[in-house]
Amino acid sequence: MIPNGQVRPTADEVMTVVAARQLGDGDVCFVGIGLPSLAANLARCLHAPNAVLIYESGTIGAKPSRPPLSIGDGELAATADAVVGVPEIFAYWLQAGRIDVGFLGAAQIDRFGNINTTVVGDYLRPTVRLPGAGGAPEIASSARQTIVILRQSRRTFVDRLDFRTSVGHLDGGDSRQALGMPGGGPTLVITDLGVLRPDPVSREFVLVAVHPDVGPVQAVEATGWPLKVAPDLAVTESPTVAELRELRELRSLGALA
Amino acid sequence: MSTAEITTLADAVAGLVHDGATIALEGFTHLIPYAAGHEILRQGRAGLTLVRMTPDVIYDQMIGAGAADRMIFSWGGNPGVGSLHRFRDAVEHGFPRPLALEEHSHAGMATRYVAAASGLPFGVLRGYLGTDLPRYSPDIALLACPFTGETLTAVRALHPDVTVVHAQQADRRGNVGIWGIPGVQKEAVLAARRSIVTVEEVVDSLDSRCTVVLPSWVVTAVAAVPHGAHPSYAHDYYDRDNRFYAAWDAISRDRDTFADWLRRHVLDTDDFGEHLQLLAETTAGRA
Repeated sequence: MIPNGQVRPTADEVMTVVAARQLGDGDVCFVGIGLPSLAANLARCLHAPNAVLIYESGTIGAKPSRPPLSIGDGELAATADAVVGVPEIFAYWLQAGRIDVGFLGAAQIDRFGNINTTVVGDYLRPTVRLPGAGGAPEIASSARQTIVILRQSRRTFVDRLDFRTSVGHLDGGDSRQALGMPGGGPTLVITDLGVLRPDPVSREFVLVAVHPDVGPVQAVEATGWPLKVAPDLAVTESPTVAELRELRELRSLGALA
Repeated sequence: MSTAEITTLADAVAGLVHDGATIALEGFTHLIPYAAGHEILRQGRAGLTLVRMTPDVIYDQMIGAGAADRMIFSWGGNPGVGSLHRFRDAVEHGFPRPLALEEHSHAGMATRYVAAASGLPFGVLRGYLGTDLPRYSPDIALLACPFTGETLTAVRALHPDVTVVHAQQADRRGNVGIWGIPGVQKEAVLAARRSIVTVEEVVDSLDSRCTVVLPSWVVTAVAAVPHGAHPSYAHDYYDRDNRFYAAWDAISRDRDTFADWLRRHVLDTDDFGEHLQLLAETTAGRA
């Protein structure tokens, strides 16, 4: 039985489960708050009990029993292998290249996986002021790989970012490498409609999978640039009963539940 | 060498926080100095430059009150809940007054504090390359590593006039002790010209759990304010009041609702104790 009497997963649940599947057992993961944190903790409950979760509040190896509301909740510190200061977490742990996977969210993304979390509209007279950079620019530059998770629409998948907060594959090709970025950049974009991967040469993100009941046309129409679709387009494996049960249980334990 | 004065929060703010000052109320989810922020508002300070890596609800209150002209920061939001509506209103609509911004990444802000605490004019990191952030900040510059030639980023040292933090304990000589998530408090205090530390309690000797100790002679004033970090938390004293953070969304969304809340819950109260008492009596109160 799946709790809540609901068998069909929501689009957000598919997105979270697909993100959780990417985290390998033993991976060192730099976790942002919200959906990335939920996905990372789901992975820890399922196939990756040895994943090391690092929150930017300085908690290394946090093992929360319920998803935290903020990156610095007390349980993260209480369950961590080590608790360090904020300058240290960014310098010794992230910048020095000790992070395998960084999960990032975004308000806007472009075809090369560059992201905007700063403003919608003109910087000096924004229509929407977003929270800003936080830890994202250095996660994007230093983690061995990053995975971006966001809902897909013409509002979020834009031809041109209003502000480039964090660098993905910059202008495509080898432009990211030329800038001297130590990390590998975004390897995956997971949305509520499907999964995108960068073309190995141009580095433009290509739709490689759609979630069950989603057609490629729907994904193309929800994209503000002419989205390329992989010739061998796959269909995401539906969340299993076990995955859904664990996810719903985790969510029901959430700080505000 | 002078040691910290153990005083009241009201006296510390009156003596050290002036109109137009650059102040940093630091805290990374943990130990956020809410009581001190409220006291600054009660005393009617204006024209402030607010510095903080993660401005959250307390800065939303100070911005909404019209106390700030400028903010230097790296991430402004209500974690896990959503936007800071007063912050957005100030930036998007200039209400109640325009708020000039200087923004960084977390790593950049942390490096700026470390540089200032170290007495250096700038700090170095591998960051900002390829982003739009340097276009809008005079305090970010590229430099070549003198040994390898690699392009690195310099950020200017950040010296607040006053840094304000909250801690679990001070001893009677004014030595301050913190445990749990240490954030950037030590660096922010050492970067500042003066500092105020509010504490849960003043004790005979600091608890052995303290992982960060600020010696009395680098602190200007210490004031005991029990629960002074609420709705944030103090590790091993009280938990984060997540319900208040969630409730803040509705309080702050509307200008009039916010103004009414601020007047009743902060401006018209005598001190933080009365504020907490009021909160406990309302539905938006402590969990």
